[in-house]
Amino acid sequence: MSLSLDEVKRIANLARIEVSEAEAGVAQAQLSGIFNLIQEMRAVDTSTINPVSHTQDLMQRLRPDIVTEVDQRELFQSIAPQVEAGLYLVPKVIE
Amino acid sequence: MLNSSLKQFSTLLVAKKISSAELTGEFLKRSRALNPGYNAFITINEETSLAQARAADRIMASGRAQPLTGIPIAQKDIFCTKGWLTTCGSKMLSNFISPYDAAVVERFNAAGAVNIGKTNMDEFAMGSSNETSYYGPVRNPWDITAVPGGSSGGSACAVAARMAPAATGTDTGGSIRQPAALCGISGIKPTYGLVSRYGMVAFASSLDQGGPMAKSAEDLALMLNVMAGFDTRDSTSLQREVEDYMRDLEKPLEGLRIGLPKEYFVKEISDDVARAVEAALAEYRRLGAKTVEVSLPNTKLSVPVYYVLAPAEASSNLSRFDGVRYGYRAPEYVDLDDMYRKSRAQGFGAEVKRRILIGTYVLSHGYYDAYYIQAQKLRRLIALDFAEAFKQCDIIMGPTSPTVAFDLGEKSSDPVQMYLSDAYTIAVNLAGLPGMSIPVGFGNKNRPVGLHIIGNYFTEAQMLNVAHQYQRVTDWHFQMPGGSRD
Repeated sequence: MSLSLDEVKRIANLARIEVSEAEAGVAQAQLSGIFNLIQEMRAVDTSTINPVSHTQDLMQRLRPDIVTEVDQRELFQSIAPQVEAGLYLVPKVIE
Repeated sequence: MLNSSLKQFSTLLVAKKISSAELTGEFLKRSRALNPGYNAFITINEETSLAQARAADRIMASGRAQPLTGIPIAQKDIFCTKGWLTTCGSKMLSNFISPYDAAVVERFNAAGAVNIGKTNMDEFAMGSSNETSYYGPVRNPWDITAVPGGSSGGSACAVAARMAPAATGTDTGGSIRQPAALCGISGIKPTYGLVSRYGMVAFASSLDQGGPMAKSAEDLALMLNVMAGFDTRDSTSLQREVEDYMRDLEKPLEGLRIGLPKEYFVKEISDDVARAVEAALAEYRRLGAKTVEVSLPNTKLSVPVYYVLAPAEASSNLSRFDGVRYGYRAPEYVDLDDMYRKSRAQGFGAEVKRRILIGTYVLSHGYYDAYYIQAQKLRRLIALDFAEAFKQCDIIMGPTSPTVAFDLGEKSSDPVQMYLSDAYTIAVNLAGLPGMSIPVGFGNKNRPVGLHIIGNYFTEAQMLNVAHQYQRVTDWHFQMPGGSRD
């Protein structure tokens, strides 16, 4: 199976990763190689098999709906790229 | 002294023959000398480690020593460590000073162990050679032209070169076992869910599992006693009775049934690896075990299934790295979307981007059932193969890796070849089973060979017993690069 250059660019867009024309070309060749490796599994008939999410078939644990985290805003913001007045700064979204 | 077991170190410490500060100082001195050549550590904080060692000395002086108190342990740089740079081998986290400790780190702290440094690794644990690290490749201490394996290559190198008595690792598709094999040390990936993933930077959450790397099975048992345990902060952590993994070490192996999957003993294994594994199996027969042929018919599907599930989960997990709350942010951008794209393009390396793209594709509209769900179904077939095999045997053995360590650069340009080198280890993660690797000799160019030991769910104590009995009658695990055996 091979991916088209447009498909590679579409995936890169979905993944929010900037790719140049040259990078997209390299990725196209490598991803196609990997998809060839993956194709083998598509041929197997699995119509009667249930998918696995946890190998012990564990159910999601529940807990009481109470606050367990302590407020560490200052500590967490101390490692942020850009903060002001307790807020994380990003480029303006709404004009 | 470098070759001492963790138990021997503990005895020396408790008897006050040496202090933790002195012991830690010795290992730091060794790291200072060797790390520039091997690149096993990303971060060494001598002052922090020594302060922790002095605190351990005070604990011991007050008579409250636990088995690992005062012993230096290296932490893979995937475990968040409060106040330490925690990079996960990536430029994306090259400025990330963790504000909290991973559960594993908390447990070592509570045990009084000393953090001797953060070890190098493939970026976000994606790799089998340590060549994808933003901090440069780690060298194999047995041969610096060879890779140490990955992704826990820094931990494997640090233990093999005796820069640390033991280390932590994580294993998503073989990242503890394959580097342990390639560097001639012991390592165990426990049953999925035994060691908390809290604070362990996520790669593929349904496969990721932390575990210890050390010289011997006995050391691994001591480490696992500290690492394993239920944690409410990890939604897939298993709630079980606390076990003592040392309890069965001395049991004789008389009557043990070792399953040899016919799919693992095939022409793809190089002759040198096959010879060392055969010799180890002969040793096991002398110890009273018998070998039986078993079959894991879906073995060939493991690599394709893994390269759907792991990238899919990775693409989701790594979407958190957006340059907003922590980590790398591109210096220039025009708007918010451009900031995301540029931060992620510049912050992630080539292999990580490749896997995010694969994962994004297989999860995208119209492909989810054909890839992700199909892979999860095949995962059950792979697990059922093992369940069937374990009806005929107690434990499964084979080679950890089809070859000894390959040369640096040999496979780095061909992702598919790199992926195929993990064929034996991946199935174990898919089934959620425990797996380990122990050193059983040397192959081509005097590079180490590892024996892969696969147990049924929750049989870690038995696997450690099986490994320990072999190590009682052999000395591969005592051998160290350069031939020095002090």
